[in-house]
Amino acid sequence: MNLWIWVLVAALLAYLTKLLGYLVPAKVLANPRMSRVAGTLTIGLLASLTVVNAAATGTAVVLDARAGALAAAAVALWFKAPFLLVVLVGALAAAGLRLLGWP
Amino acid sequence: MKLRESPAAKIGASIAVATGLYGVSFGALSVASGLSFWQTMALSFLLFSGGSQFAFIGVVAGGGSGVAAMSASALLGIRNGVYGMQLNALLRPTGWRRFASAHLTIDESTATATGQADPAEQRRGFWVAGLGIFIFWNIMTAVGAVIGNALGDPKQWGLDGAAVAAFLGLLWPRIKAIQPAAIAVVCAVVTLLAVPFVPPGVPILVAALVAGLIGWFRHGRTPDHAPGHVDDGLEPDIEPYRHDAGTRPPRPARLGQGEDA
Repeated sequence: MNLWIWVLVAALLAYLTKLLGYLVPAKVLANPRMSRVAGTLTIGLLASLTVVNAAATGTAVVLDARAGALAAAAVALWFKAPFLLVVLVGALAAAGLRLLGWP
Repeated sequence: MKLRESPAAKIGASIAVATGLYGVSFGALSVASGLSFWQTMALSFLLFSGGSQFAFIGVVAGGGSGVAAMSASALLGIRNGVYGMQLNALLRPTGWRRFASAHLTIDESTATATGQADPAEQRRGFWVAGLGIFIFWNIMTAVGAVIGNALGDPKQWGLDGAAVAAFLGLLWPRIKAIQPAAIAVVCAVVTLLAVPFVPPGVPILVAALVAGLIGWFRHGRTPDHAPGHVDDGLEPDIEPYRHDAGTRPPRPARLGQGEDA
């Protein structure tokens, strides 16, 4: 239940962030540094989320079937597969490796 | 011009279908990460920003707290504020339209609008892509959540591997040059180093801090007029116009680089 609060707060913050761009005069926020930080934040967060989901279990760094999913997804992206196919490849790789006995 | 004859509306519609479809992966992964059906729907309906939604469930799936999930999601949403500034300068929405535009401000609607030169076409592209994605994304999220609930053990189906692939898929289009690649590698390493020492979810925020500092200080070394700061990952993560590359007009100058450039 507690998670509901954070779902709603996250939704509110997301909307206010979007709205801020429309309401604050462009001259106030027309700052290249602000754009740059938004850009590097996006890349840094996505990279971090990728490795956390691939290699972290609680507070341990582990090498399991998810690493195989990461590699398989990278290959699919390299060959310009569409997003949904990449996700499927990741699932198949993890499920397949587990069938072969990987944790 | 009728909507049916508008090139921007056509592109917006095809983007809407393609993007909306992968709402199915969000729905399935969200319930697999432990969110309920309605929490999943609340994220798609109210938060409505793919990257932030995946960030939220990615933190929860890793055992992170609600606060950490909310923080990662909010930080990833900052770019939408920048898109909002660009779209406000471009479309100049007034009254209730401004509040509706804000909700529909995401990578894909921004890319569709900024890729057009004619203001009327920019407006059509934005609304068709934005509304279309909103509708399809929510329908497909519901479908995905039902499928996810029916699957049972997420690990057996490799859903945790699917989440990894989804994050790499969101990151990949932003890595178009050495600099973003270096930032990604640095943040990945920082994350792995932080994992054993802080509670789950927090390594992501540590990486965000490092990424923010890189962005903040990189500014000092890179003058505005210098080349190399384009394609730094800030652009929307899709390119709806790649098939007619070269024939479309150049994108409008980004905010902050001189309005009359």
